[in-house]
Amino acid sequence: MKVKIFPILIVIVFSIIFFIFYKGLQNSNIYIPKSEFKKDIPNFKVEIFNSSKKINSEEIFKKNKFYLMNIWASWCAPCRDEHPFLMSLSNQENIEIIGLNYKDDIEKAKIFLNKFGNPYKEIFLDIDGTLAIEWGAYGVPETFLIYDKKIIKKITGPLNENLLLEIKKLIR
Amino acid sequence: MKYIKYLILLLTLCSFNSSYAFGKDLHSKITKNLRCLICQGQSVYDSDSEFANSLKILVKKKLKEGKNEKEIYSFLKEKYGQWILYQPEFDKSTYFLWIMPVLMFLLGGAIIFKIFIIKKN
Repeated sequence: MKVKIFPILIVIVFSIIFFIFYKGLQNSNIYIPKSEFKKDIPNFKVEIFNSSKKINSEEIFKKNKFYLMNIWASWCAPCRDEHPFLMSLSNQENIEIIGLNYKDDIEKAKIFLNKFGNPYKEIFLDIDGTLAIEWGAYGVPETFLIYDKKIIKKITGPLNENLLLEIKKLIR
Repeated sequence: MKYIKYLILLLTLCSFNSSYAFGKDLHSKITKNLRCLICQGQSVYDSDSEFANSLKILVKKKLKEGKNEKEIYSFLKEKYGQWILYQPEFDKSTYFLWIMPVLMFLLGGAIIFKIFIIKKN
């Protein structure tokens, strides 16, 4: 009996293709950024909020120390929601909070800090949003937990009670 | 007066517009190949979101610094992963994606060949 290889081959190939696409259908099509990784922090020179001087990132981030880099703006409503959590974290001694003011009006940012308090030890200015991209950020608010000049956790969106507890656990 | 006219025409033709357009073309080409990660199905070129606008500025800055297309892609890939590129590079995670159309084409060709040519003979 003559074996028909060609139709069998077609069936096999299409079965493989069907299987791949079927598996693909089950994957989520919503892009979720990675939150757990160890990545070096970028090196940059940046203008400091409330001062005309420029500073190198190496002067800010020291080894063997925890930092929380928070991207914020006065026009961003979720930033207001997360601000009390940042204020509570600023009382902790083993972490320093650094702010990155994103595409903001400086006068409005000052009003924001006067009204809600200033949890930041230092604030960087990112007028055109390119510094946030150097950090691999998507927008505001976004927070990076840094240790030993490495990003150990990235939080996209506003901080909440659970995330605050998680951060406190990590820096303990 | 006639010579001045010619001189103005020559200067206009030799102006820097063409070189500027070249830079602009490359900028458009790069931003068209970048996915706006916070938008739905839009490239950075098409989007007007804060993220896309910042990326457009960043690409312009990188081009001014003398970085080429590949260097810009690898910089952004390092920050956001392969997902940011509409046209992913050929590596072990994407080889199937690139080889698949060629395989389909060959298979389709083989089917046509088998049905129409071999059967006719």
